[in-house]
Amino acid sequence: MPDAVALVLWVGVVLYAMFGGADFGAGFWDLIAGGAERGRRPRALVDAAIGAVWEANHVWLIFCLVVLWTGFPEAFASLMTTLYVPLTIAALGIVVRGSGFAFGRVSTRLNVKRVYGASFAISSVITPFFLGAVAGAIASGRVPTEGRGDPWDSWLTSTSMLGGVLAVVVCAYLAAVFLVHEAHRRDDADMIRYFRLRAIVMAVVAGAIAIAGIWILEDDAPRLHDRLLGEALPLVVISTLLGLAALATIFRDLPRIARVCAAGAVAAVIGGWGVAQYPYMLGTHLTIDQAAAPNATLAWVLAVFVLAALICIPSLVFLYVLDQRGTLDSVET
Amino acid sequence: MDVLASLAAEPSQLLPARTQMAFTLGFHIVLVPFGVAFTAITLIANYKGIKRGDHEALLLAQRWSKVAAVLFAVGAVSGTVLTFEMGLLWPGLMDRFGAAYGIPFAIEGIFFFIEAIFIAIYIYGWKRMRPWPHFWTGVPVVLSGIGGTLSVVAANAWMNQPDGFTMKGGEVTDVEPLKVIFNDAFWYEGIHMLLAAYIVAGFLVASVYAVALLKGRRDRYHRLGFLIPFTVAAIATPLQMVVGDAAARAIFHDQPIKFAAMELVPETSSDVPETIGGFYIDGEIRGPKIEIPGLASLLSDYSTDTEITGFNSVPPEDRPPVNIVHLAWDTMLGIAGFLFLISAWFGFVWWRRRDIPKSKWFLRAAAIAGVASIVCMWAGWVITEVGRQPWVVYNILRTEDAVTSASAGGVWLSLSIVIVLYTLVGIATVLVLRSMTKRWRAAGEVEGVPYGPIVEMTDEKPPARLRGGDA
Repeated sequence: MPDAVALVLWVGVVLYAMFGGADFGAGFWDLIAGGAERGRRPRALVDAAIGAVWEANHVWLIFCLVVLWTGFPEAFASLMTTLYVPLTIAALGIVVRGSGFAFGRVSTRLNVKRVYGASFAISSVITPFFLGAVAGAIASGRVPTEGRGDPWDSWLTSTSMLGGVLAVVVCAYLAAVFLVHEAHRRDDADMIRYFRLRAIVMAVVAGAIAIAGIWILEDDAPRLHDRLLGEALPLVVISTLLGLAALATIFRDLPRIARVCAAGAVAAVIGGWGVAQYPYMLGTHLTIDQAAAPNATLAWVLAVFVLAALICIPSLVFLYVLDQRGTLDSVET
Repeated sequence: MDVLASLAAEPSQLLPARTQMAFTLGFHIVLVPFGVAFTAITLIANYKGIKRGDHEALLLAQRWSKVAAVLFAVGAVSGTVLTFEMGLLWPGLMDRFGAAYGIPFAIEGIFFFIEAIFIAIYIYGWKRMRPWPHFWTGVPVVLSGIGGTLSVVAANAWMNQPDGFTMKGGEVTDVEPLKVIFNDAFWYEGIHMLLAAYIVAGFLVASVYAVALLKGRRDRYHRLGFLIPFTVAAIATPLQMVVGDAAARAIFHDQPIKFAAMELVPETSSDVPETIGGFYIDGEIRGPKIEIPGLASLLSDYSTDTEITGFNSVPPEDRPPVNIVHLAWDTMLGIAGFLFLISAWFGFVWWRRRDIPKSKWFLRAAAIAGVASIVCMWAGWVITEVGRQPWVVYNILRTEDAVTSASAGGVWLSLSIVIVLYTLVGIATVLVLRSMTKRWRAAGEVEGVPYGPIVEMTDEKPPARLRGGDA
């Protein structure tokens, strides 16, 4: 049963990376879209793309935290008492991002809108960076079982920096692919070209960083390195192939398929991390079994997950379908 | 001196950690009524609008949903911070009791998800969805608001009346989830908060229109904007007093020391007077106060003979800060009395004349009621949370044993950043809402009909009636 709950947790992480990731990435493109006039159209597209769905996209984070603290309370406490610096920054980043976005949409004065827009955009980069750094610290076994690890040395490592940068880049890549699809729906040829170019650049950057990452991990997180190139290799290969397929389909004007491939590539690489980590929750010192809550609790977590899948996923599909059909307003005043 | 001694023994990061938790919870709880109850109020206007072809009601519903969009966003992100803080500030609680305490939160996750999904559909669905299907997408938001409130409060009620787990050697070895959720404090705490959400949302929204009515904007749009939320709050207020009374009586039995602090009863005795005002300083009750003979005993268990346990029956380190709890108790009851009076005033006039009371004093009172109801809700949470001290899990885990091991300086720093950031977000929220209202006022009450092209409306009611109203 602990394994099943760990799997549920991992599904949550993957979904957050896909939906939350694309959402963060949209903020990245907002940030580097340039001055008010030059960046007007890409910003409008970003705004329209995530307007109605950003809150739902981020519920997955809460889902992950709650499953973690209920199913694996000890690991949750160890994580929080060790990595509180990057986690606090990420939490505050989420506040700035969400309120900045919500305020920006309903403001009309340009200079006010600019302040909110900038808060949204900057925190859209800061937050995934620090969440990536947290992932790096967990993956490289920097979190001791009893918690209270070094608040700085635990995440100021090359693996955490790799995790942070990769998170930002991957979010931007995902978002660019999704935005090409959005532009397609609106028959906006300029924006298709605009985000297609950016998706390709980001794919190349992500690929380069991932390859450089092999040496970084070999040096800083040898176990993760060995397992990623061992047990988890098939998933890493799948991720690479899907990433390439996403690029090919973008070139061939098949944005819908490109979107699935890009999301699949992200899911596969996070799945790979999960396989590399198994059967440990933290480093090689706390196994999933050891960290697990009593069985009755785990059974409830699984039941809640099934219920959530039965109720929330159809609702979520309903939301995305309405959103994609353009039934939901994109411009609010 | 006792207080100083116990303060010195506390870990130094406890004070900033508790302050940060109180501050962020206090901020978030103001937004909660908008997620939980405001949608219900909006749907009432929405229903009236479609059913009767009432243009003003529809316009109100649409504008309210735009306000809700902003407030729900701020509520969602400030709620996310609380999720982080559970671990960042109270790892000792999560570590030991996450397996039990976490279950209500896991369930709340589902409700929050549904709420986030359908509130998005409802808020952004105005223009292109047909009226009735659009209305129905709001209903899951109301239901999940109820479920979500009960789930989160179940976790808090569990902290007050922990149940449903077995401990061996400091570790939770078995859990009975149903007992965790439906603990002894579940019903009275959950319903109390749920009603509070409707009361705060109702009075707060109504207070905005009370100000407008005072300024002479007495058209149908503003009257309706006042009537719908105020009626909801005025119905919930008397119910809340019954629930609150039951809650106090239960606390008398379940948490006697918290009750003693509320009523400011130092020594165990019977025929205890109800003390209003007063502070417990150096072993005696000082300062201006009113004592109503026997009332505290009478209210606790229907007889002046009822013995109330005093807080001096436990050592100083096991007592909550009694003065804070008692002050909060007086504040809550005082404001509740005020809210009840204006509800009754409104109810009486409505019953006789089918109208809002004409007196300017009524509108002035209603204008204050919004903020007053927030203060009342805050006071209620202070009683619950501060009154439970020094325990985080009542009689099982002390707050000082649950707090983070991070340095006091670090927690003070994070508290300072949080205060600055939240203040900015709070100010921005008010500014944004004000600029929205200004724009709406400029647009007047005959802005486009909320439901898309008018042709769509003809299925429901003839469009001519949409322009009607008795302005």
